[in-house]
Amino acid sequence: MLHGDTVHRIHWVLNTDRLLGVCHCGAEHESEDPVELWDWLLAHPDGHERPPAGGSPRPERQLAGV
Amino acid sequence: MTTFARNQWYVAAYGREIGRELFPRTILGEPIVFYRTEAGEAVALADRCVHRRYPLSESRLDGDRIVCGYHGFTYDQSGTCVSVPGQGRIPRTARVPSYPLVEQDSFVWVWIGDRDRADPALVPRAPWLDDPAYTTVSGMEPLAARYELLVDNLMDLSHETYLHGGYIGTPEVANTPITTEVDEENEIIYVSRHMADAECPSFYAKSTGIEGRITRWQDIEYHPPCLYLLHSRIAPVGVLPNDDGTDPDAFHVEVVYAITPETEHSTHDFWAVARDFALGDEEVSAFLAESNRTVVLQDVTALDILEKVVENERDGYQELSVNIDTGGLAARRFLKRMIERGERPAAEPAAAVRT
Repeated sequence: MLHGDTVHRIHWVLNTDRLLGVCHCGAEHESEDPVELWDWLLAHPDGHERPPAGGSPRPERQLAGV
Repeated sequence: MTTFARNQWYVAAYGREIGRELFPRTILGEPIVFYRTEAGEAVALADRCVHRRYPLSESRLDGDRIVCGYHGFTYDQSGTCVSVPGQGRIPRTARVPSYPLVEQDSFVWVWIGDRDRADPALVPRAPWLDDPAYTTVSGMEPLAARYELLVDNLMDLSHETYLHGGYIGTPEVANTPITTEVDEENEIIYVSRHMADAECPSFYAKSTGIEGRITRWQDIEYHPPCLYLLHSRIAPVGVLPNDDGTDPDAFHVEVVYAITPETEHSTHDFWAVARDFALGDEEVSAFLAESNRTVVLQDVTALDILEKVVENERDGYQELSVNIDTGGLAARRFLKRMIERGERPAAEPAAAVRT
C-alpha cells in the first residue's frame, strides 16, 4: 500500500462496475470509465471537495469475493 | 519525437552476463559494449569506434583496454583513446562515450542520458534477487515489440486468465476487482488484486505443494520506466498474515521484470522469480524457471503479433479502456511525463507533481 501526500486511489466498488476515485485531498468521485475518472483526479482542485465529515467512510482495501 | 524516457536507469544485463568477453547490447537505440576489468569492475562504452564506427564488441580486450578489431584504435575503460595506429598524436576528440553503471540486486543498471545527472540513489530496488533468504530463477527473452506493449501487458494481469490459462491463469484473476494506487510525487503505481478463494494454478500448486483452493494476492508495484515488481502471496484459503505483519504460513514469490527498450520496436524482457520456500530445491527451481519462461514466451508471442498490428494500423486508432486498465493508464501517463522530462535540459527540471 502506498502512503504519502500525493497518492491517488481508485477502488473498484465490490459487486458493481463502478470505480471510486479518492484524490490525495480527500475528495471522491465515482465513474464507470477509468479515463474519465483519471481526468477528474488530475484536474485537482477543480471540482474537488472533501466529503462531509461523518459521511460514508472511505472503503478500505478488502478481500474481494470470487 | 522519441518514445524513450531518457535520463533514467535501465537494466542492461544480469551481472553474470558481463565478464571478460566483450558483450554487446543495444539500450534505447544506443549500441553499448560491456565488459569487466581485471579487477572485476563492469564497464560500458559506446559500441562504435570513433574512427570508422567499427563495433568495439567485435574487437578484443588487452588487459582493461579495448583494441578495435579494424584499425587498432585502443580505448581505456573511461572511453579515452590511448593509442592510434601509426602515429604518436592522439586527436583530442578520440574518445567514445562511457556510461554510468550500478550493480545492484543481481542486475547491471545503466544510465541513459546526461552523465552528470546520473544519481545511483535513484536506482529502484529488487532486493530479493540477491538475498540468501530467497531462491531465484531468472532469464531474459528478446521481444520484437515496443516496450509500451509490455508495460500494458504487465499492468493488467487479468490477461493471465486467457493468455496463460493452465499455467498461472485461473478464472478468478480476471473476475476479481482491483485497487489502484498512484504516488504522483515518487512516480510509483501499485495495483492490488486479492483473491480470497481461488483455484491454485499449476505454477503454484507444484512449487508449494498446496492442494486445494488458495488465497492468492497479487500486488503490482511498478517503478517506471524499467522496474516492475509483482508481490505474490499464496496460502491455503483463509490463511492470513498475523496482526504484527508476520506471515509464516504463506508462500511468497517476488516476480520481477525489467522492461528495457532495445529499439523503438524491440525490448529486452528480463524476468526473475524469487521465492521464500523450497530454498535451494533444484527440482522446484527447474520447474519454476521452465514454467515462467513458458509464460513469458506466451506474452512474447502475443506482443510480437500486436507490434505488427500497431505498426500497420491507421493513425488515430481509438482504443477502449475499461476498469482493468486503471493502472495501465497511470503507467502510460507517467511514461509520457518521463519522456518529456528526459528531453529537457538539466537546468529546466520538471514539476513532478500536479497540485
